[in-house]
Formats: sequence, C-alpha cells, structure tokens
Amino acid sequence: MAYVALADRDHEHHLHDPQSFVTKYIWSQDHKVIAVQYAVTAIAIGLVALALSLLMRLQLGFPDTFSFITPDAYYQAITMHGMIMVIYLLTALLLGGFGNYLIPLMCGARDMVFPYMNMLSYWVYLLSVLVLVSSFFVSGGPTGGGWTLYPPQVILPGTPGVDGGIVLMLVSLALFIVAFTMGGLNYVTTVLQARCRGMTLMRMPLSVWGIFTATILGLLAFPALLVSAIMLLLDSVVGTSFFMPNLLSMGEVSDHNGGSPILFQHLFWFFGHPEVYIVALPAFGIVSDLASVHSRKNIFGYRMMVWAILAIGIISFIVWAHHMYVSGMNPYFGFFFATTTLIIAIPTALKVYNWILTLWRGDIHLTVPMLFVIGFIFTFINGGITGLFLGNVAVDMPLSDTYFVIGHFHMVMGVSPILVIFGAIYHWYPKITGRMLNDRLGRIHFWLTLFGTYAIYLPMHYLGILGLPRRYFAMGDTAFIPDSAHAMNMGISIAAFFVGAVQMIFLYNLVRSLTHGKPAGSNPWGATTLEWQTPQTPPKHGNWGPELPVVYRWAYDYSVPGAAQDFIPQNMAPEDVPKADPDYRGEEGEHV
Amino acid sequence: MAVALFILFLVVITVLFHFLSPWWFTPLAADWGSMDNTVVLTFWVTGIVFIAINGFLVWVVMRYRHRKGQKAHYEPESKKLEWWLTIVTSVGVIAMLAPGLWVWARIVEVPDDAAVVEVVGQQWSWSFRFPGQDGVLGQVDIALMDVDNPFGMKPDDPAGRDDILVHSPELHLPVDRSWKFVLRSKDVLHNFTVPQFRVKMDLVPGMAPYIWLTTTRTGRFDIMCEELCGVGHFAMRGAVVVDEAAAFDDWLDDWPTWQQVMGRAAPDVAAGQGAFAVCAACHGANGEGNPILNAPNLTGLPAWYLERQLLNFKHGLRGASGDDTYGAQMAPMAATLPDAAAVRNVAAYIDALPDVDPASTVDGDAARGQDLFSTCRSCHGHSAQGIWSINAPGLRGTDDWYLVRQLENYRQGIRGAHPSDLYGKQMNLVSGMLRNEQAVRDVVAYINTLE
Repeated sequence: MAYVALADRDHEHHLHDPQSFVTKYIWSQDHKVIAVQYAVTAIAIGLVALALSLLMRLQLGFPDTFSFITPDAYYQAITMHGMIMVIYLLTALLLGGFGNYLIPLMCGARDMVFPYMNMLSYWVYLLSVLVLVSSFFVSGGPTGGGWTLYPPQVILPGTPGVDGGIVLMLVSLALFIVAFTMGGLNYVTTVLQARCRGMTLMRMPLSVWGIFTATILGLLAFPALLVSAIMLLLDSVVGTSFFMPNLLSMGEVSDHNGGSPILFQHLFWFFGHPEVYIVALPAFGIVSDLASVHSRKNIFGYRMMVWAILAIGIISFIVWAHHMYVSGMNPYFGFFFATTTLIIAIPTALKVYNWILTLWRGDIHLTVPMLFVIGFIFTFINGGITGLFLGNVAVDMPLSDTYFVIGHFHMVMGVSPILVIFGAIYHWYPKITGRMLNDRLGRIHFWLTLFGTYAIYLPMHYLGILGLPRRYFAMGDTAFIPDSAHAMNMGISIAAFFVGAVQMIFLYNLVRSLTHGKPAGSNPWGATTLEWQTPQTPPKHGNWGPELPVVYRWAYDYSVPGAAQDFIPQNMAPEDVPKADPDYRGEEGEHV
Repeated sequence: MAVALFILFLVVITVLFHFLSPWWFTPLAADWGSMDNTVVLTFWVTGIVFIAINGFLVWVVMRYRHRKGQKAHYEPESKKLEWWLTIVTSVGVIAMLAPGLWVWARIVEVPDDAAVVEVVGQQWSWSFRFPGQDGVLGQVDIALMDVDNPFGMKPDDPAGRDDILVHSPELHLPVDRSWKFVLRSKDVLHNFTVPQFRVKMDLVPGMAPYIWLTTTRTGRFDIMCEELCGVGHFAMRGAVVVDEAAAFDDWLDDWPTWQQVMGRAAPDVAAGQGAFAVCAACHGANGEGNPILNAPNLTGLPAWYLERQLLNFKHGLRGASGDDTYGAQMAPMAATLPDAAAVRNVAAYIDALPDVDPASTVDGDAARGQDLFSTCRSCHGHSAQGIWSINAPGLRGTDDWYLVRQLENYRQGIRGAHPSDLYGKQMNLVSGMLRNEQAVRDVVAYINTLE
C-alpha cells in the first residue's frame, strides 16, 4: 500500500477546509481560488495595456491631432504596453491562471504540493503589479525605454522615466520573478510528485505537458532576466558599469566605463526567447486539448506532440541571438543562430499539422472554443511563417526594426495565444463557475476579434517591407513613405479601436454569465480529462471528495470503436465502459 | 461551416493583398538584389505552405463538421505520415536557409577594395568621417569631445590628421563604389538604416560594427535610426546623397581635415564687430533685438548656433521658403558675410556681447507648458539652457515672440523646408507634438518662467 500523505487521509481532510470568507477567497491556499485571483489580476492589468496600445494607435493613425500624446507619453505607452502584455498578462495568466487551475485537477491532485507558497506567489505577483502601476504616478512617469529596456539609453536622461520609472520597473520585474519562482516550483513539483494513481507522464493531457515544460523554461530563463535587472538597477542607482561603456550624455562625459550594452542584450534575450515559448507552449497544450474535445477525436500523434513540446523547449535556449542579428554582435553568430532558429520551425510545424490532422476525420462540433481553435491555427500559421523570414538572418536584416516585426510578433505571440486563452476561458468557465458563457455573444466575440486583429496586423507586414520603422512617434514627410502608407496606418488604428471595443462584449459575457449563464452540469463538453470528473461543479476544496481518482487510460479516448459514448473518462475502468449495441452499424462505414 | 468559409476568405484576402497592395521594398540603391531575392524566395515557399495548410484546414472543417450520427475516426498516430511531414518540412526549411546563409556569407565579408567611411551616431543626429589619404581612421576618445572637437579626435594620433570631418547629418557618396561603413556611437544604441540599401546595423558605444555595400544609382535617400535611442528617436534623421564621382569630390573638398580644424586661428572678434554694424541696424547695437523690426534678441545664443544659422541663411537652407517672410529678409543680410571665417567672427562677437534678458510678452498656461516641455528638455536641457552636443540652442535668451513664430514656422514646415536643413527637419518632426497655437504659447510661457 502506497504511503498516503497526512492531508489526504480521509479523517484529516475536513481540518484543511477553509472556514471564513477571508481564508476562502482572499488569503486562500486553494489552487482554484489562486488561479482566479491570478486571472482576474492579469486581465485587469491587461486592460491597462490594451488602453495604452489604443493611445499609441491614436498617435500613429492620427498624428498631429491629440494634444495629450507627447513623444514622452508615446514612448512610455509602447514600453508599458509591451512589458505588461508579455509578462504581467500572458505569462501570469497562462501559468499563474491556467497552470494553477488545471495542473492539480488534470493530474488528479487535491491541490498544489506547497499551497502556502502558492498563495505567496499570487500576493507577490500582485505586489509586482502594484509596483509597476505605481510608476505611472511618480515624477517623470514610467520608463519609456522600450520593453526590452536596452541600456545605455534606458537609464540615461533623454529617455522618459529615468527619475524613478525605470527603478520601479526593475524592482517590479524582480518581484514578478520571485512570484513566478514560487509558483513555478510548485507546478513542476506537483506534476512530478502529485499525480494520482495511473496518471503516468505519457497519459497526461497536453495542457499539462505544455504548462509543465513552459514552467521549466521559466525557471531556467527568468534568472537571466533577474540578474540583468539587478545589474541594470545597480548601473542606474549606484553608478556601476555592468552594461555602461564610457559615453557622452547631455554634453557631458559620463562616469561609466568598461561595460557592455551587448551583454545586456544577450542576457535579456537568453530570457526573452524562451519567454516566447513560456507563453506559446501552454497555448499549444491547451489548444491541443480543445481541438481534441470539440472534434470528438483523439489528438493526432500524441507522443510526437509531447516530444515536439520538449524539443521546442530545449532548442528555445539556443536561438536567442536571432533577436540580435543587427545588434552589432559578431556577425558570424548569424550562421549558427539562423540555423538553430529554422530547425525549431520543424517541431513547431509538426504541431500545426497534428492539430489539423486531429480535426481530420473527426466529428467537429463548431462550439465557441472550437472556433477559437480554428482561428488560432490560422493566425499561428501566419505568424509562424513570418517567423521564417525573421529567423533567416539575411532575410531579417532589411525587415528588422520595421512594422514587419510588429506584425510578426503580434500574430504569433499576441493574437495566437490570446485566441487560445479566449477559447480556454469559454471551455473551462463552466467548470470554474458552474455556468456556461453565452454562446451567441461568444460567437460574435470570435468573429469580430479574428477579423479585426487580422485587419490590424496583415497590412503591418507590408508597411514593414516598405520600410516603416517601429517605435516612431511620427513619420513626418519622409520621401520613401507614400501617403497611402499613412492612410493605411489610420485604417489600422480604426481596426484596433474596433477590436478593443469588441473585447467589452467578452467582459460583459464573463460578468453576466456568473449569475445568468445556463447551469453547466459537471461535464458539458463530454470531455475525458479528470477536471470534468469532479464530484462537484465547481470543484470543492480538495477537488475529489473522499477518494482520489484512479486513471486507467490516456486523455484522448474519444470515439473509441465499440464504446457506447463518444468519450471515455480517464478514470473509467475498462470493465465499466458501456459497450455499444453490437447490432448498431450506424454511419461508421462512411468514414472508414 | 461559416468558419471554414471565413478562413478561406482570409486566405484569399491575404493573397490578393500580397499582390495588389502598393507597399513593397523601396527600389534598391545598393548591390543587394540577392537579399531581395531571398525574401521573394521565402515568400514563395511560405506562401505555398500557407495556402496548402489553410486549404487543408478549410476542407477538413467543411468535410468533417458535425452532422447527426457522425462518428470520429479513431487513430492515435500514423508514424509514416508523421515521418513524411517531417521530411517535407525539413526540405522546405533547407530551401530557405541555404540561400539565406549564402547571402549572409557575402554580407559579412567586406571586399578588399571597399573604401571606408565612419558613421557617427549620437542623440539625435548623425555625422561622418572619412579616413583621408592614409585610409586609416584616427583614434577617438569620448573624454576629448567638446564643442570644438565633437568627434573626440586625439590630437597626437598621426593617423587622424588627414581624417575629413563631416559635421552634418548629410553624407555624400560616389556612385558605383563599394563602401565599408564603420559604425560608432557617442552615447546610446542607434541603428544606421537606409531603406534603399537594405543592410542595416546597430551603433554600439564602445564598439565598431560594420556593414558594406556598393552604391548602384544616384539619388537622395533618408537615413533612419532604427534602434530606440530615447525620446528623439523618431527625429534622428539624416540623408545619403549618392552623386557622380566628380560631384562627390567637390562636396568632400568643402569639409575640413582634422589638421585644418586644429590649425584654425581663433575667431577675430574685432573683425566680427565691424561686420556686426550691418546686423545692428535691426538687431540693435547690443544685439538686444527690436520687435518692431521683427529682429530677435541674439545675446543669449551660443556661437556655434549663430554660426550655423548664418550659414543656413547664407546658403539658402533657411529663409528660402516663399512663406518665410522674415527669413527672406535675413538671407541677403547673411550674404554680406563673404565666407565662413567672416561668419565665425561675427558669431564670436555676438557671443561675447553681454546677455540682455528679453521681456516676456507671450501669455499662456505655463503649467500645461511644463508637461509639454518634458519632451523639449531632452534636447534643450532641463532649464532650456541648451546642449551643444545635441545641437540644441538655449531658449531663454531669445525673445518669446520669436520662439512662438519659429515654432509656428516649424509646425507648418516653413522653417526646415530645405531638404538639407536636417536640424530644422528635426524640429519639424518634434514640433508636431504641439498640436495648436495654444500649445505653442503654453510651452513658451513655461520657458519664460525658467531661470
């Protein structure tokens, strides 16, 4: 008989149930509550970043119009927009939100293995967000040095926010990394140690694989950002010269000497490129599960999908300098990093094939989550393809630092994961709240979002090929930029406002469905994975009632021949599976 | 069903957009057609993949969407299919990577016959240096940079003596020649980009990265900074003018060598005083200005700025726009100064005049102006004292009515209209942040409050 942890012994169980409102919903150690706390905070700060992007689009679409957008404000807006979206929204929502909610439920655990640390993780994350937000209110405002925070300029006069904004930014990042580490150690340990009986690694849903691998990437990559943030902080506050060479600032020779700006870029992107996959891998995993559930078919090539996730995770650590092809680093690096970068395209392409092959010969229910899956596949193909341009060093050179880059990374790292997040929210909201989101509003949200975002980003690629540089407050009268490009920029801004407005439909749906949504039942989509098999919906503290589930099969037993239902839950013993009526011939022949 | 058609619609739109949109690479002015070819090749390979995969997706969604009684096929994996897909994808990747690396190998190897020019970037403008007869750039040092030695040349380095110093954001090059651009930054990261050249690279303080190219046609091309370098990033423009060889030689002859700069005599203030008699008619005997004649106070302006503006007037870079009535008055006056030495002398004389504080005449909301000034101060200094290294004059010594007029002229493109007035262009770009006349008055009212 295996050892049963004290907390899992039946008679101990009630002792851990939170009693008061505060312990239940505020100082909660329940992974599901922490997940919602993470998600709500991330979405709230994400709305700030959305507003900042609209400020930016106001200026770009209608230059010479709005008196409240100065160049300082513009550069602060682009900087904070980028940093918030990448770190405080996407990373926090996918790992802190979905990771927290899904890992214990999908692995058949009662909670994260270190619940107290999990709670701390959220509160430190919240603190990091508050520190970040406070930088809007200090003298000089937040930093405007670009989200990549490149020294020397980010800590020198001439860049907005050198008085305090940059310090708060770096402190906030350090806090975020502390929060992430506490959460991340939990996720990894829980996946490795707290899976229920029968849940072997190769039976885990791909959502867990994606989140698990992304978390490992985060634990290895964030320290590079932490040290660079600390060193930059020292350069800024104490006057050290880790990244600062001797230079002339505002007409005076600086005291700095001997530092290397390129070193910062290497450290930043050693974090920054895996960061792309810290966001992408959970999305890859989640979209695999959504595709499978809603097409009533097993994921195609499960083992290949797992190996692809791991391969992408590993290779993602040796491609970082493709962000630096024109940084002035030794140009011979280009050969190596272009090769590794294009190699990573292969497992990534295989994942795309396998998603579509999952739908192939399926029974595709065009539910709202499925619409988002299909939308994601389209946008990800688009964004992945433009990555092949920018990864190939000689092709990158004319395109780098132009609108093409903006178009690329917003398609691949903005639109694509956010479509997955939307799909995932439509998919799991019934489990989290016990109610369905409104279907009609969900469909409207999908159509308008996909169309609107494509209208924003497709033209940007071509403006980039023309040569429009990114991070320009105003283009002015520049000979090679025709009026049509300025007109297109206005069109892009209008599309951006449209997409921003459409998200209000989603927020309304989220809030209203809490009280007015259709009751969901425990398993509205007919899914096999464990989170849908909880005794209560929403799951209670401890998730499983007195007995932990036991797993008998992989996560993708959909439409198994001979079974009566088109799905077999992972915890259903083989002898309990209802058999199809042996006389039933049905329409199976048509697909053979 | 609708979603499948919608994806199909997006694919069609994408393909049509690709072929019909008017935006494509600027026509090449350098011998890097091979770079464009790799981009076009990549478009073909990925375009076919884009259409094929999305086409399959559309078909799958239409064909296998849920109908009553439909059941999905059960097939966990197909090794054979997955191997085939891996191989086909790898072939596609190699088809793009191999030519890309081949082109890159050419980009990194500078041919021996390439001539050298140094591009110097700083917040927020460009200047250039040619190595002169010996073909070797002299050593420079940040610590030596000042208003008389903006390049930071080392006086005792013999290799630097014949270096030709082009203290202007406009670079000329002869056509049909190979050039190696050595890139140097005085302060922060910048990026030297000329869209028509395709190759671009960052300037990094403390390092000297390079690019090279062969010029293939004459013309005037914009230099853009493409690495965020502070709040003036978008206004860090320059120009490359590709000339016939003879025109280039003439242009280069006008720029001094470091030897000549070092040997230049100090300005003759007495001679400047003589020349100032003409100026005094409008600007007053003490340079205090006369609003009735629209002549501004000159006493607070630094010599280098006066010198540049006088040369601009003299050479038609300023006051040449038909709308600039007052500038047009100044142009013939500046023309009375026979040469650059005379300009230096009179500028030195004005610089030596005692500062006369101008009277405040402009009303505006100084608090609002302070917000706007947060951008101005990045170049003109916290108290508008001016910063020589940024080419930004002090603003306090000048009449406020004159500032208002010049800001309006910048905003409307009256000043900075000449293509070679690149510092003026910079103010065209930045003054765009002042959206109306009230904003101009507000910011000037704030400048009036500064000590």
